[in-house]
Amino acid sequence: MSTDLKDALFGYALRLGDTSLVLGHRLSEWCGHAPELEEDIALTNVALDLVGHARMLLTYAGELEGKGRDEDRLAYRRDVFDYRNHLLVEQPNRDFGHTIVRQFLHDACAVEMYERLCASKDETLAGIAAKAVKEVRYHVRHSGDWLVRLGDGTDVSHAKVADALGRLWTYTGEMFERDEAEQALVAAGIVPDPVELKAAWTARVEAVLEDATLDRPADGWMQKGGRRGEHSEHLGYLLAEMQFLPRAYPDATW
Amino acid sequence: MYTQGLDARAEQGAPPSPRLVTEDEARLQGRFQERVDAEEKIEPRDWMPEGYRRTLVRQISQHAHSEIVGMLPEGNWVTRAPTLRRKVALLAKVQDEGGHGLYLYSAAETLGVSRDELVGQLLSGKAKYSSIFNYPTPTWADIGAIGWLVDGAAIMNQVPLCRCSYGPYARAMVRICREESFHQRQGYELMLALAQGTPEQKRMAQDALNRWWWPSLMMFGPSDDQSAHSAQNMAWKIKRFSNDELRQRFVDATVPQAEFLGLTIPDPELRFDAGTGHYEFGAIDWTEFNEILKGNGPCNRERIEARRKAWDDGAWVREAAVAHADKRRQRALKKAG
Repeated sequence: MSTDLKDALFGYALRLGDTSLVLGHRLSEWCGHAPELEEDIALTNVALDLVGHARMLLTYAGELEGKGRDEDRLAYRRDVFDYRNHLLVEQPNRDFGHTIVRQFLHDACAVEMYERLCASKDETLAGIAAKAVKEVRYHVRHSGDWLVRLGDGTDVSHAKVADALGRLWTYTGEMFERDEAEQALVAAGIVPDPVELKAAWTARVEAVLEDATLDRPADGWMQKGGRRGEHSEHLGYLLAEMQFLPRAYPDATW
Repeated sequence: MYTQGLDARAEQGAPPSPRLVTEDEARLQGRFQERVDAEEKIEPRDWMPEGYRRTLVRQISQHAHSEIVGMLPEGNWVTRAPTLRRKVALLAKVQDEGGHGLYLYSAAETLGVSRDELVGQLLSGKAKYSSIFNYPTPTWADIGAIGWLVDGAAIMNQVPLCRCSYGPYARAMVRICREESFHQRQGYELMLALAQGTPEQKRMAQDALNRWWWPSLMMFGPSDDQSAHSAQNMAWKIKRFSNDELRQRFVDATVPQAEFLGLTIPDPELRFDAGTGHYEFGAIDWTEFNEILKGNGPCNRERIEARRKAWDDGAWVREAAVAHADKRRQRALKKAG
């Protein structure tokens, strides 16, 4: 693999890994506080899967980079501007409806991406995708079912998820952004084409929104910057909490 | 996780009311006791004395509540676990506790009470949960100490419950004990990493041991001479060993583990008695225990508030789920009709 391609793949694995980690972290904030015991367990399950994906992806990113950074070095010793996650996943939980909308918009993209990544010409990435896709298929069913329940539930629940959809839609464009590095990976058959992904995502999202009796928001201005390390104010607090121990005790192993 | 060291006063407060026992009932009771004595399992549809049912509902539901409230002190560190491996292990552990809560509520439901009713009792403050969860988890070492000591004490109590005379409870306990043993090993391994770590980490581990040691001993409940229901529960084979026996076993098992870690148990009177083969330990301060039972523990209010908040904040979600299920049913009926 050429150095440029390797750098591009490092960036891609890092973005996927960071996105999984930050979303897994957000979901883990629900642990012990969900609306129902079954849902507490379900959200924790998804959080566990996502942190599991992050571990595989960050480990691989570290190997590609070749500077000796392992999953923990990458997770715990980078500041906001070195994180590459999508802005969508760092948005705070707010309420359960907001959490579900955020999750569904992400899951619908992740499932389409991992389905295609299983056929990646990069064996390691294909292996990670083969494992992750089984879990992500369940995630999208879970978040989609809840979105339908809440959208087509009571007036209160409908209003809450409609509001969340309006707030979060602006972060969806970034998931399908194209840049030169990614184009090179697409051309090499290593990652799926974002154009194709967006079409598949749109079809999935529209079908669920219809069942949920929710209107699809208009595609207005899209917030971007995650892949360049330009984040919202929320990520800094999340990292401050997550990284507290390794930062406070830099010489310790745990 | 759970133990028997719950609200001793509540246990004493509800004695079976004395009333005339009919001949039929006497015969049924005799037959019941014979089956228990023969180590047969009692199943939900079998006849059982009212006191047996009441005791089990109280014990199983307190156990379930303890699992659910117990998710909070450990959940407190989920977002701050220092490595991704530790984060996954802790999340999985707290999730297991939620799962234990689920099986236990189901076991209690076989005795004719609903989960909603039981949860209502927890939220109103009527039902009790293990007092140990009213202590805070200010440092990461608390996660290790809870796994090692609190789960360790729970296992001492729970392994005999796998042979409890009530079938659904005994079967739930088999699965729970398997998972608890795993948690305990994880907790000990976490403490070991700290004890072998930097001086600051070792200090953190010692501090956690100092705070959790005595509360862990209190988890076994009052001394045998103070324990109200022991004899009847032993006869019913709900309980197999006395509080003091189990506490002694725990001390005997745990002291060498602390020595291996290079940590000091905060009890100047602790010493090994070569004659008996057991460790002797100092007197437990039951005043503290009783104050926590009265609601004066460091976290009593926060724990119940957190459970109430989760329940209240989730009300609109549960209502929406019911409303949606109704709509679907109506639509299906319309389609069929």
